[in-house]
Amino acid sequence: MRPALLNTGLAVLALGLFVLSLLVGPADLRFDESILGLFAAAQYHGEGAGIIMREIRLPRALLGLGIGISLGLSGAVLQGFLRNPLAEPGIIGVSATAALGAVAVFYSGLAGSSLYALPAGALIGALTAVLILLAIAARQGSTLTLILAGVALSSLAGALTSLVLNLSPNPFAAYEIIFWLLGSLKDRSMEHVALALPLMALGWLLIALSARAIDALSLGEEAAASLGIHMGRARFLIVAGVALSVGAATAVAGTIGFIGLVVPHLIRPLTDRLPSSLLLPAALGGAALLLAADSAARLVLPAGELNVGVLTALIGAPFFLWLVMRVRREML
Amino acid sequence: MRLTVDNIRVSLGGRLVVNGVSLSIEPGRVVGLLGPNGAGKSTLMRALAGQVAASGTMTLGPHDLTGAFCSQVESPDVRINAEKQRDRPVQRFYETLHRSRIGPAERARLIAYLPQARAIGWRLKVRDLVALGRLPWRSFGSRASAEDHAVVDRAMALMDVTALADRIATELSGGEQARVLAARAVAQHTPLLIADEPASGLDPAHQITMMQALRRLAGDGRTVLVSLHDLTLAARWCDEIVMLKEGTLAAAGTPETVLTDERLAEIYGVRAHRARDAKGLILAPVDLIGASDQP
Repeated sequence: MRPALLNTGLAVLALGLFVLSLLVGPADLRFDESILGLFAAAQYHGEGAGIIMREIRLPRALLGLGIGISLGLSGAVLQGFLRNPLAEPGIIGVSATAALGAVAVFYSGLAGSSLYALPAGALIGALTAVLILLAIAARQGSTLTLILAGVALSSLAGALTSLVLNLSPNPFAAYEIIFWLLGSLKDRSMEHVALALPLMALGWLLIALSARAIDALSLGEEAAASLGIHMGRARFLIVAGVALSVGAATAVAGTIGFIGLVVPHLIRPLTDRLPSSLLLPAALGGAALLLAADSAARLVLPAGELNVGVLTALIGAPFFLWLVMRVRREML
Repeated sequence: MRLTVDNIRVSLGGRLVVNGVSLSIEPGRVVGLLGPNGAGKSTLMRALAGQVAASGTMTLGPHDLTGAFCSQVESPDVRINAEKQRDRPVQRFYETLHRSRIGPAERARLIAYLPQARAIGWRLKVRDLVALGRLPWRSFGSRASAEDHAVVDRAMALMDVTALADRIATELSGGEQARVLAARAVAQHTPLLIADEPASGLDPAHQITMMQALRRLAGDGRTVLVSLHDLTLAARWCDEIVMLKEGTLAAAGTPETVLTDERLAEIYGVRAHRARDAKGLILAPVDLIGASDQP
């Protein structure tokens, strides 16, 4: 498919799902009420529709958009960088350490003290992971080392998260931790958007700057270096970019799996398969998929509401299996 | 451009794999790098391409490439050099000031390197893969220019892969992939091409295609350094032979002067049948020296 056509189509799809996300929710607003609530300032301000639209649904849709972009983009860049179709944002350990940071905040009881305590804890967790990974990558700079370090970091963070759950004195705290770990966009505010979006955008920028490097890496590290790619710089851009965008995403929404893994696979056959050609469509596709999943999560169980992380895993895992069976070696 | 290499040393895992090799190669030459397995051919090529840390000096025409030795694909042996440099901080500082440092991007416009390992990561079209060779010449985010397309077309024609342009590279045979990857290095359009065993695994016709292509590149005034295991190809197609033995230079010169019976016996332990035609030496290894059972 022509890149312009693909990108336009996905952008329109993401935008449509963004609007859909604004229109769906337990409060049974009509279409015109929703639109008026969102835009009309004076007469609706302070009224139900205005509050629901601006303070509940708009931040939720904005976060869905930003986090979807972050997950799709991170998955695409990591698969290109590691030349491994199974790579996903979780593989470098950022999601797990961010979750650990958030859980530590829960455990310490600081979560109630400020709206920012939880995301800050998650960001500190993600940042710690990045510093460890970059230190390892700088000392012993191979891609394999990076993957193994990420896997080790993930396991360690997972074990420590379990430890915190184990030690949690209050069963309600444990319940809240688990609920948060499942990943959700529910009840997020514009403050969350203001916190996460600039960090995610910075991450997207760093990832975009690595486009040449991941193209050259299609031919292996030696050939890429001979094509003038500075490997240390590329590693920094990608690790820092993924950590910023996924760390910020996890900080406000918990862990949302499978989008970063599945979206690049869905989009890749529609591109010329150069890793750089996949970046923009995967970002748009990630946004579309997360917005769709988040809208579905609200519709499937209108009373209880499904966590979107549970939904993406429930749909994503079998879908991925089917994808693997169908395309087998062609999925590269 | 003339390539001058002086006293190159590379240590891997604490062992000197290349131990003080010096070379001087005129432009427009195809130089064959020969030697038994483990003689240090690949390591020397990787050092010249700036892929492993090495000591020594290297110039290509007016360009001092010594700075390019700062390794890109880092290895633990960078430490050895770093330690050496720590012993002489003043000299190190002086050298830094007086050396034209060449960054990876500029080096990629001077030296194309074709690694021995044939890696293709994704199901890329042949044309897109060959076009990756234009990366060093394109500014960030720019589209391929008409000149880029022309250079890619010429490189594909040279390696006889034009007919494969729209095929998926990972679905080609090993020999076809080798030629496609070689076309990538040619498309880089550098004054120096370093190719590590580009002819291995190719059928006889395409071995000859490959060597003819390298000769044609040299005819355009470029310098080609190619490692080979096939003595027949080396004797036939190379202007000069550089023979390595255990990391040191054993001999250098024309095929006639380097590939003597005594030297083949000493370095490879083989006896070769030799003949001559209008184009020069025909060399065919036939037997091991001292083998008891004759065929």
